[in-house]
Amino acid sequence: MSNIPKELKYTKEHEWVRIEDGFAVVGITDHAQEALGDITFVELPEEGAEYEAGDSFGVVESVKAASDIYLPLKGTVDAVNSDLEDAPETVNTDPYGDGWLVKVRIEDDSEVANLLDAEAYSALCESE
Amino acid sequence: MASEDTSETTLLKTPLNGLHREAGARMVDFAGWDMPVSYAGILEEHRVVRSEVGLFDVSHMGEFVVRGPQAAEFLDHLVTNKVGGCPPGKAVYSPMCDEKGGVVDDLIAYRRVDGSFLVVVNASNREKDFRWMSSRVGLFEVELTDESEKWGLLAVQGPNAKSYLTDLGMVGLSSLKRFHLVELDWNGLSLLVSRTGYTGEDGFEIFVAAEHAVELAKALSAGEKLPWIGLGARDSLRLEAGLPLYGHEMSETISPVQAGFGWAVKTDKASFVGRDALRLEKEMGPEKKVRFFLVEDKRIAREGMPILAGDREIGVVLSGSKSPVLEQPIGSALVDATFFEDEAVVESRGKQLPIRFAKAPLHR
Repeated sequence: MSNIPKELKYTKEHEWVRIEDGFAVVGITDHAQEALGDITFVELPEEGAEYEAGDSFGVVESVKAASDIYLPLKGTVDAVNSDLEDAPETVNTDPYGDGWLVKVRIEDDSEVANLLDAEAYSALCESE
Repeated sequence: MASEDTSETTLLKTPLNGLHREAGARMVDFAGWDMPVSYAGILEEHRVVRSEVGLFDVSHMGEFVVRGPQAAEFLDHLVTNKVGGCPPGKAVYSPMCDEKGGVVDDLIAYRRVDGSFLVVVNASNREKDFRWMSSRVGLFEVELTDESEKWGLLAVQGPNAKSYLTDLGMVGLSSLKRFHLVELDWNGLSLLVSRTGYTGEDGFEIFVAAEHAVELAKALSAGEKLPWIGLGARDSLRLEAGLPLYGHEMSETISPVQAGFGWAVKTDKASFVGRDALRLEKEMGPEKKVRFFLVEDKRIAREGMPILAGDREIGVVLSGSKSPVLEQPIGSALVDATFFEDEAVVESRGKQLPIRFAKAPLHR
């Protein structure tokens, strides 16, 4: 059973979101990294890039497949995890910590309500 | 992120399925089989096989037995390589083609002490192959049986394979040459041990009665360190070594001559299925060739992506993975035979990835 921290929010596309002071830190879940297997490459956006909710902001590639990653909230990229350039496997080993992908300045706080809580995400994983 | 279909209602299981689950394997549907894709991680498993030794369950492979006075003649009619003259204790790799020279499957025929052949085929082609071969028995004095369910098959692969098995008391392996087979008793188990494999390393494949497969796996694991290796690393190992996978580098539309296996097409044999087409292709030279490449980028070039030289599309990607040895993506491609250069680009999701063609094995 994969790890689903209680304090985070989630998406149906298996991203996690940590809301802090008007920012959203986004990564992929433990369930997602397990399903992908060995991650070989992470493509991330430039700082300052602007996205609508639901836009693809990058790609996570594993030996098996390349998967788009989606931003669940409208926002502007404040920081990207550039360490992943040389160590993409960190997404496998620490998906909720050092394996974070981007930090985004949230434009519309009301969109946070659209995210899943840990319980709802856990149910989603089990139903798959 | 795409979710996966985890339905496993009708999947076939090897005798070692329970062991894989105990070992914490990630299981996937492979050609209708519930198979381990990885245990510790594909990249790590790959490195272990290149540097030490690892254990694979390949019991899903199909095993046919061809017996009878014309067993060799029958196989020589069906496959492109020469099987007649293969003495007991030796094995032959061969494509098996259709009349047009397309590949029905590629296989290894092992000749046993009693003169019969044990023919190992791809799991994904087992039923097709058996129909194909059965329908061509005709007047040959042979008996063809599908014994796939009766056999377990384990592969011990890596530079330390010989010393590992020798330390476990398996005798006579030093004198066993590549593509040779020995029938031996070990720890009360009757085994067929061949010096073959699909990794580009030294190694052995061990056939055992299906009901003793778990016992064999446990006995093999009794040594110091023999980690399980899944199908994921099996694929990256064979690709790095330049070995073809049916449906990728060899298929109904990619002939053995295109795949670089012209040496296994013996057009001087009396007659065999596909001979005329393959002889013509050998004489004229193939229009397309399978070539291997390294990607000068971090992205993996995936199957089906086009390959460009300038504005011209010169080929298509057949397989793509990452070499944990080179720490670089690698792949294979079907390329126009008129393209002689070593550099091209793969068009990947709107980006151009530079690639460099190279001779396999890519890791040496």
